[in-house]
Amino acid sequence: MPLPLLLSLSMALLTVGIYAIATARHASCSRRVYSVALAISGVALILVLTHLLTASAPATLTLPLSLPWLGAHFRLDALSAFFLIVVNLGGAVASLFALGYGQHERAPERVLPFFPAFLAGMNLVLLADDAFTFLFAWEFMSLTSWALVMAHHQESANARAGYLYLVMACFGTLTLLLAFGMMAGPNGGYDFAAIRAGEMTPGLAAVVLILALLGAGSKAGLVPLHVWLPLAHPAAPSHVSALMSGVMTKVAVYGFIRIVFDLLGEPMAWWWGGLVLALGGITAVLGVLYALMQHDLKRLLAYHTVENIGIIFIGLGLALAFQANHMYASAALALTAALFHILNHSLFKSLLFLGTGAVLTATGERDMERLGGLIHPMPWTALAFLMGAAAISALPPLNGFVSEWLTFQAILLTPELPQWLLKFLAPAVGALLALSAALAAACFVKAFGITFLGRPRSPAATQAQETDRYSLVAMFTLAALCLLAGILPGLVVDSLAPVVGLLNGGAQLATQHTQPWLTLAPIVDAKSAYNGLLVLLFMALSGTAAALLIHRFASSASRRGPAWDCGFPDASPATQYTAGSFAQPIRRVFGSIVFQARERVTMPPPGDGRPARLEVQLRDPVWDYGYAPITMAVIAASTRANHLQYLTIRRYLSLVFGALVVLLLGMALWR
Amino acid sequence: MALITDFLVQGGQMLLILLLAPLLTGWVRTLKAQLLRRRGPSLLQPYRDLLKLLRKEVVLAESASWLFRVAPYLIFAAIWVAAALVPTFASGLMFNWTADLIAIVALLGTARFFLALAGLDVGTSFGGIGSSREMMIASLAEPAMLMMVFTLSLLAGATELTTVARFMLAADVGLRVSLALALLALLIVAIAENARIPVDNPATHLELTMVHEAMVLEYSGRHLALIELAASLKLLLYISLIGCIFAPWGMATAGAGLPAYFIGVAAYLGKLALGGFLLALFETSIAKMRVFRVDQFLGVALMLGLLGALLLFVSRSL
Repeated sequence: MPLPLLLSLSMALLTVGIYAIATARHASCSRRVYSVALAISGVALILVLTHLLTASAPATLTLPLSLPWLGAHFRLDALSAFFLIVVNLGGAVASLFALGYGQHERAPERVLPFFPAFLAGMNLVLLADDAFTFLFAWEFMSLTSWALVMAHHQESANARAGYLYLVMACFGTLTLLLAFGMMAGPNGGYDFAAIRAGEMTPGLAAVVLILALLGAGSKAGLVPLHVWLPLAHPAAPSHVSALMSGVMTKVAVYGFIRIVFDLLGEPMAWWWGGLVLALGGITAVLGVLYALMQHDLKRLLAYHTVENIGIIFIGLGLALAFQANHMYASAALALTAALFHILNHSLFKSLLFLGTGAVLTATGERDMERLGGLIHPMPWTALAFLMGAAAISALPPLNGFVSEWLTFQAILLTPELPQWLLKFLAPAVGALLALSAALAAACFVKAFGITFLGRPRSPAATQAQETDRYSLVAMFTLAALCLLAGILPGLVVDSLAPVVGLLNGGAQLATQHTQPWLTLAPIVDAKSAYNGLLVLLFMALSGTAAALLIHRFASSASRRGPAWDCGFPDASPATQYTAGSFAQPIRRVFGSIVFQARERVTMPPPGDGRPARLEVQLRDPVWDYGYAPITMAVIAASTRANHLQYLTIRRYLSLVFGALVVLLLGMALWR
Repeated sequence: MALITDFLVQGGQMLLILLLAPLLTGWVRTLKAQLLRRRGPSLLQPYRDLLKLLRKEVVLAESASWLFRVAPYLIFAAIWVAAALVPTFASGLMFNWTADLIAIVALLGTARFFLALAGLDVGTSFGGIGSSREMMIASLAEPAMLMMVFTLSLLAGATELTTVARFMLAADVGLRVSLALALLALLIVAIAENARIPVDNPATHLELTMVHEAMVLEYSGRHLALIELAASLKLLLYISLIGCIFAPWGMATAGAGLPAYFIGVAAYLGKLALGGFLLALFETSIAKMRVFRVDQFLGVALMLGLLGALLLFVSRSL
């Protein structure tokens, strides 16, 4: 009976939202709302976990709501159960974090009502089983998250971010609406069961694929539809940023998977996989390159979401390519990799955003150039953030490595594909994936190193204090899950098996937890195997042994002194490497091509006391070549259309007459 | 009984590489000195240096954090584990399947991540310059290395090193264009990753182009000893890796018995000596590169790796 319970939990979340409208100005309201949200998400998490782990049969429910001839259909199957885990885990941890963090909120009445409603919206998207309910919940989720983005709307940057988000969300929903309309066909079979049963022509299915890619991709942040994401995600309060980046993008990916893998059924042409694969590869590399150029910690993380969405879509594209060629065993590996990365990204991205929230509370800053040395006042936050940074950089033995490893293993199976274009595309995408992993490590050395290490660069960073206990528990829960998923990947892969089976015509990976020493061996263990547990064990043993032996037999003495710095110690913290200078070599190597990065040094003549200036100019290719022409065209067209407002009555009448004639002519020709 | 022997062989290999690593560094240094017509230090000098550093007290900078003190142990552990997972004198040891080649590359990435962080920890300009350049180099070297792994795994059908080594030992591999490209890519990556001329200069301390030495500038005493040892282990790892993949001759299989192991060890020592000699020869015959030439040098490796993989996608016989 988990489905009615889950629905009532979502309703309960909505009720909490309404309650918050009434009492938001009350001091204790914040704590009450977040603790109820935590409890509800926790119960929902347990429900869906048991559903997925016991591999229960799908449950369905129809309520006499929404459109009178349709009714609201709901369904809980393995796919929605998996994504519900992601959503409710993220929701529970964000609520726990907000128990402490929410106390510092300047405008609680703008956050508290929408936070539980946002959670409810995401839950409902995943449970929906007809197009109307799906789109309704999708729009509800978009609108509540938009309201949260606009929580601090007095800042002009936030207002702009909110506007852009609204435009992109409308565009995304429009494409999804068209996609569902095409799938439903002329008879209007809008419930998913009817869509699944229906037959589609390959041409129509391809259009649906592209529409789904546009609709879900714009919400998930697929290049070139990502432009709103790095502006909107950072604008919200940090625990909401964590939800938007870590969880809502996954709901978007769910929309894509549900439409393309489930509703459309078998991919009808091989180029579907190629398209998704290429988009994923480009998104991964561009996302991380954008991130490297950022100095704003939250925006850097948001761009990394774009990168990770790219990695997820690489896995999905491979799965489509394999399925189109009936290679279901390989498709199972690619799907497992994508789903595993979805889980992983929700864990470490939420963790990193929460860590940023802690930094923001402690210092009021999110510009890295004004932080530094936070590891001294905030050692625990630093440790949690470090684990998240290591996990997202795909370092063993943490979880990010496992899913990227699985993706690599899936790419290594592509020579079996018969199509030449895919054969060439796959290694190129492999190179892009490797590049993005290496650049991500560089980016997180920068993010952690400049923020937490070194010496404080501003008074705010000097006076920082460790964050509260709720926030720490929330962050360490996620950090522990990152470690566990990294060292026990076999268990995760096994629990993903029903989801993979559902999307892949029953084919799934071999059972992993029976492997000796809990090794992960997705194909055959002589071909490729990875054991995170043993790697961790060996590292811990050799590191500890070295430490003990050295301290026992050699020396354990240490003394503090001024920094050596090759004999030129510099007193001012301003002489440290900054985020900008750290990224300079990479900007020079990659940015000069991708962003047309230009550096200009203005050196005053000798004797002139003015400081020298270094100006860096970056151009965003997506904005310059994609959006700017569209905006220009819209502005030009609306300026033209503006003349229509100042016509005489005669001209209006003749316009109406002309339009009528054209329409009638059109009708006549159409017949 | 077999289990205990397996354990012993695996443990023996771990100790062997740990003990051999400084000797290899000393061997390269001595050869380089002699190629320059200097007498050079004794072969055992690196051991003496390490022992001396281990016994000295650590001077920590005032702004150093706990990460700075933990990082050397972490770096050492990650590199030692990675090096221990590369088959040296025998393949198919007890734990060789723990991590395949991709995981070994990633383990080296873990070590590099923490070394770069340690470089930033004290908050000096030299540390920052080293970290920033190291990550720039790595962002090209790591993909090049992974493309090399792709090439190998397309040929051998596995990323597991033991399987790759056995495949390479089989007679029907022959000479292949893709393997030559992969070898070249791996050599370039090895030079860059080990901070060797022309990418970096391991012998300099006061030069603005230095990378690795700039990151470890603030380290002293036992911490420095561990980092030096880890650097030696990394050099050994790369030479073992090249030996294991491209010259697996003489390597014993697990459980082959003592005589085979002795042959394996002798062959391994020979490979190390030869690798060290070639490295010294190469380093003395070339000049250090400007930092912003390094990306072109490594870009070549990346393209070679990609080309090797693409050739195999075109035809399995290339």
